[in-house]
Amino acid sequence: MAEPAPDVLQRSDDQKIPIKSGKKRWRPQWSAGVALIPAMTITIVCFYGFIIWTFIISLTRSRLLPVYKFTGFDQYVRLFANERWWTAMQNLAIHGFLFIGGCVVFGYLLAILIDRGVKAEGMFRTLFMLPLSMSFIVTGVIWQWVMNPGLGLQEAVRALGWASFEFNWIVRPDRSIYTLAIAGIWQQVGLCMALFLAGLRNIDPNIWKASRVDGIPVWRVYLHIITPMMRTVFFTVFILMSAIVMKAFDLVVALTGGGPGFSSDLPARFVVDHILNRQELGLGAAGAFVLLCTVIAVISPYIYFELKKERGGRGH
Amino acid sequence: MRYNRWALYGLLCLAAIMIMAPVFIMISTSLKSMDEIRNGSIFTLPADPSFAAWSKAWLGDCTQTLGKKCGGLSSSFMTSVQIVIPALILSVGLGAVTGYSLAVWKMKGANVMFAALLVGMFIPPQVTLYPLIIMIRELGIFGSIPGLILVHVIWGVAFTTMMFRNFFKTVPQDLLKAARIDGAGFWALFWHVMLPLSLPILGVAMILQFTYIWNDFLLGLTFGGRSGQPMTVALNNLVGSQFGEKEYNVDMAATMLTALPTLAVYLLSGRLFVRGIAAGAVKG
Amino acid sequence: MNGVELRDVTKAYAGITVMENINLEISDGDFLVLLGPSGCGKSTLLNMIAGLEPVTGGSIDINGRDVTALEPDERDIAMVFQSYALYPTMSVRKNIGFGLKMAGMPKPDIEERVKEVAELLQITPLLDRKPSQLSGGQQQRVAIGRALVREPAVFLFDEPLSNLDAKLRADMRIELKRLHERLGRTIVYVTHDQIEAMTLATKVVVLDRGSVQQADTPENVYRRPANRFVASFVGAPTMNFVDGTLVREGDQMFFDTGKGKLPLVDVPAQANEMVGRPMTLGARPEHLMFDDAGISARVVLAEPTGPDQYVRLAVAGAEMTARSGPEQAFKPGADIGIVIDGARMSLFDLENGQALLEG
Ligand SMILES: Nc1ncnc2c1ncn2[C@@H]1O[C@H](COP(=O)(O)OP(=O)(O)O)[C@@H](O)[C@H]1O
Ligand SMILES: [Mg+2]
Repeated sequence: MAEPAPDVLQRSDDQKIPIKSGKKRWRPQWSAGVALIPAMTITIVCFYGFIIWTFIISLTRSRLLPVYKFTGFDQYVRLFANERWWTAMQNLAIHGFLFIGGCVVFGYLLAILIDRGVKAEGMFRTLFMLPLSMSFIVTGVIWQWVMNPGLGLQEAVRALGWASFEFNWIVRPDRSIYTLAIAGIWQQVGLCMALFLAGLRNIDPNIWKASRVDGIPVWRVYLHIITPMMRTVFFTVFILMSAIVMKAFDLVVALTGGGPGFSSDLPARFVVDHILNRQELGLGAAGAFVLLCTVIAVISPYIYFELKKERGGRGH
Repeated sequence: MRYNRWALYGLLCLAAIMIMAPVFIMISTSLKSMDEIRNGSIFTLPADPSFAAWSKAWLGDCTQTLGKKCGGLSSSFMTSVQIVIPALILSVGLGAVTGYSLAVWKMKGANVMFAALLVGMFIPPQVTLYPLIIMIRELGIFGSIPGLILVHVIWGVAFTTMMFRNFFKTVPQDLLKAARIDGAGFWALFWHVMLPLSLPILGVAMILQFTYIWNDFLLGLTFGGRSGQPMTVALNNLVGSQFGEKEYNVDMAATMLTALPTLAVYLLSGRLFVRGIAAGAVKG
Repeated sequence: MNGVELRDVTKAYAGITVMENINLEISDGDFLVLLGPSGCGKSTLLNMIAGLEPVTGGSIDINGRDVTALEPDERDIAMVFQSYALYPTMSVRKNIGFGLKMAGMPKPDIEERVKEVAELLQITPLLDRKPSQLSGGQQQRVAIGRALVREPAVFLFDEPLSNLDAKLRADMRIELKRLHERLGRTIVYVTHDQIEAMTLATKVVVLDRGSVQQADTPENVYRRPANRFVASFVGAPTMNFVDGTLVREGDQMFFDTGKGKLPLVDVPAQANEMVGRPMTLGARPEHLMFDDAGISARVVLAEPTGPDQYVRLAVAGAEMTARSGPEQAFKPGADIGIVIDGARMSLFDLENGQALLEG
């Protein structure tokens, strides 16, 4: 410390910083409360309030406009008697299984391939994730064209010499639902890859050293050691993809329009269709509520773990 | 070992080709003439690349107007821009302030509120669609750009709040204490300390919100009406319209035009997008 | 009064009491060190003085003003943190001036003060750098600068030196002491390092599990620990403890462990009344004196530290550490005679651990 420095703290009183004071001063905590009002209003009114509202509508006879004549669970009875609804639910199961399964399997494989230490890793990652930046509508339109039975892939392969090649699923009622999974996986596999890759990069490198020392083949390490360690990542991917599946609306609209007929319809589209186009508000609301219950059933373990993690991770 | 490396690169290239093929087909189709499309294969490169289809997709075909407009995407592009920019700024701004408030100012119930918000991210929009329509209609902004902006803010705030809240939770407690001792109140702490710290997250949130809002279809379809049709809705109408002969080259050019803004943001932002997408993934 | 006064301060988190009935008087100009093991509540106490944590009960005065309900910036205090807590996005200049800016001081005045403080701490050349471009020691100086510039009535330090390496820590210790002597301001300083407490403090407050164990000058805390906890926490190597009774044989006092009798010399008169009562003897290593007339102890191990060596001894059924100069050689297994300095030893109640000897 410099010896002959100015005597900083020796000042006359009028030179001191004014100390703010007073009991009536505005407290920052109050500002924090005020700042929460918009988001809190949105949460309470537009999320939870509107859910309740939809539920209430689902208990009425509302068709074009909401009428508050309650009919109990009639709309649910109608819904479960509705063939189109059952097709949509069945499709949700098929699409969910194929889409989530495909995303998990291909995403994990791609992540492993990249994790093997390749050159141009950045380029591969960029390419794999590129479809993610496009909308479901764009994805649907592209794939509708690619799968066009007259001019698309089928014709192109036949032109190459394989005359009996058939790929006309998009116009076949018994196959159209599978096209949804193809386009969906194409779009989302990059996200799964990124999540899995982040998980793989988190794994203690000593595990690899140890297994090298023990002479365990690489594929065995992945299968028996790494994969079990990645279970939380698998869980997260599963949840995220489930959320996408259950909201799936745009993709069906753009790819198949739910057709041919209603053969590739999904619940989310059923609901929008009944609310916006078919003047079956009550039935649509009932469908929406059933959809919400399905989402909750799948998501709640995730939310539970998120919050538990939060609590466990809190230090001081 | 050598062998394995070749197999590795082989598989990766195969995957890359499969993922890029549809994009390639889209671009190449958009550059072809309808004759070439009818007589050729989707795999072949355009013999005589032309931007005619692009210009038709953008400006529309004014010789066979179905209504007042020529039907091009240019007007809905402008609509999308007018929706995205304010909605982006408002939703990110509100998320930043809310996330900050929840993370830093330990209030009673902050965690409950955050949990409620987190759950909100998973609610399918269909579930609250009708009440939201009524609300927007009552506010007198149904079928207009302000209506769509508001709807996007409502649907975006849970996600942006989560991003900022989780980031601000990682700011060391001592820093917050130091700022309080220095006399920084709620807004001073936000502007001078927290917001400058959160610039990377701000970037991520901006990029992702841009992508989500631009790519939205359901809300645009429901709340846009005639005057507020964003590009995705216009594209779907264009492709789905049953009038006249289908022009696949125009369809693909229109698709490309719709995808370009987010594609450009993705390619330019690179790492930020990758970083954010994991956090934002919950919002399919 | 000037300084800081805590009256019956209590703190509970979610119903669990972590600080109980703290009463402290910190006189103007004191360098008060809060010493205690990790988790004993030092930071909590400091945060309550700063206004960063509300008190659950009791009140706090600073310079005669009740500040219990005031915000931190209204309390006329400044604080330095273990992690330095510099604002990462601001330059050093802005970091130091931020508090003044928030107080609404005009820009030229802020400039002036920042300059003075920077000169005092010799960080003028660093003023335009970002904290990430500074070494730990430099960051520490900036953090101190940020506190100095506020010119508060009380400085609060929360383990400010713990993140520095040993050499720098010793240097900064000296600088802090000089700074205190120059400024003469009240300092409340938290540490778990007893060396810092001993060297810096004009008054030490030893805390354990949320309550004050002893508040006294550093010399007294070392010389006359109020209880077993203070005795064992202060001093390195730690004090030797053995249980037993005081016995008198003629003129000579012994401490009988049941397995041997430790001879005591220069025992104060007040110990006479305690003969026969079971208690704990506490003797620091330097209180064990080598004397051939004493009880025979077996050398277990000798640990040279440079200036001293510490000798582990098996004696009277216990193990004790003695201090010796570096010259003498101790062979493990060898026998040696020791006596205990009765004038400086401590005696503790077997039940509650309170010190029995006074003065
Ligand atoms: N925010 C908090 N919530 C609950 N308990 C806390 C909190 N902060 C501190 N504690 C508890 O208070 C006690 C004292 O903590 P602290 O003052 O940080 O100790 P020190 O600084 O002496 O290491 C610890 O037992 C700690 O667990
Ligand atoms: Mg502490």
